[in-house]
Amino acid sequence: MNPEFSRNHFELLGLPVAFAIDPAALDDAYRELQGRVHPDRFAAAGEAERRVAMQWATRANEAYRTLRNPVDRARYLLGLRGFDTGEESNTAMPPDFLMQQMEWRESVEEARSSRDPAALEALRREIDASRAEMHARLARALGGERNYDAGCSLVRKLRFLDKIEAEIDEVLETMAGSAG
Amino acid sequence: MAYSDKVIDHYENPRNVGSFTKDEEGVATGMVGAPACGDVMKLQIKVGADGVIEDAKFKTYGCGSAIASSSLVTEWVKGKTLEEAAGIRNTQIAEELALPPVKIHCSILAEDAIKAAVADYRKKYGEGDADPARKAAD
Repeated sequence: MNPEFSRNHFELLGLPVAFAIDPAALDDAYRELQGRVHPDRFAAAGEAERRVAMQWATRANEAYRTLRNPVDRARYLLGLRGFDTGEESNTAMPPDFLMQQMEWRESVEEARSSRDPAALEALRREIDASRAEMHARLARALGGERNYDAGCSLVRKLRFLDKIEAEIDEVLETMAGSAG
Repeated sequence: MAYSDKVIDHYENPRNVGSFTKDEEGVATGMVGAPACGDVMKLQIKVGADGVIEDAKFKTYGCGSAIASSSLVTEWVKGKTLEEAAGIRNTQIAEELALPPVKIHCSILAEDAIKAAVADYRKKYGEGDADPARKAAD
């Protein structure tokens, strides 16, 4: 077996290089690949072959993890197209989006101080709806439109949504923990 | 991670927190965000008729270093011209607050925020000194 480490994640799993992905096909492809390269299958093989199998298994895991998550998949695909999402460097978000982020964070603070888990759940539903809409726009931008700049911008925005949801979860956990 | 004394001081006693009313004369706003950490920063300046920044306010959602960076910048820009304020570099902020490498992006965010506020002012009132531009904007 010859590990072609130059193959990208999509190719490795035998999937089309595209943002739109069938989660079931991804799972199947991963299971199939993992079955072929699992280190247990090479227990009786030589040292070198076992090492190669291990590298394959690691590659397969990384590919699966990246492609399973829509934001990671989008970032990876944009990278293949030569686009940097600029999550570490690009701070110029659209003002209305940032205003929304401020308002959401204020709502989290209010709910935290008034100990209002229902308000947090409602906010999370609002954020989930916003995320679903952004995922749909991401699929269009990276699909037919081939608007990769818009794709980069959406990845940056989605990072904010992940962050605030993690904060909401933390606050909810703290509330649940101190309730009893 | 250990925060420097200056970061802790700004974090515990942030200077100039809040906002100006939107329609206040000479007020401009810079809003920026850091996707990697989810920080959001709003920095406002109030510029006098002589083109000097009279006052500044900020609101930041983020870690201690992000709050300290914006608090420090609001102090620094007071009494500065727009040109001088736009010349503030993140390295100066990072040095003053003794930020560790992983927190340098907080100082970059603060630099970008003041730049965005100055750009907003110039968009509203025109380039250069405030006085003639103000008249043009009335």
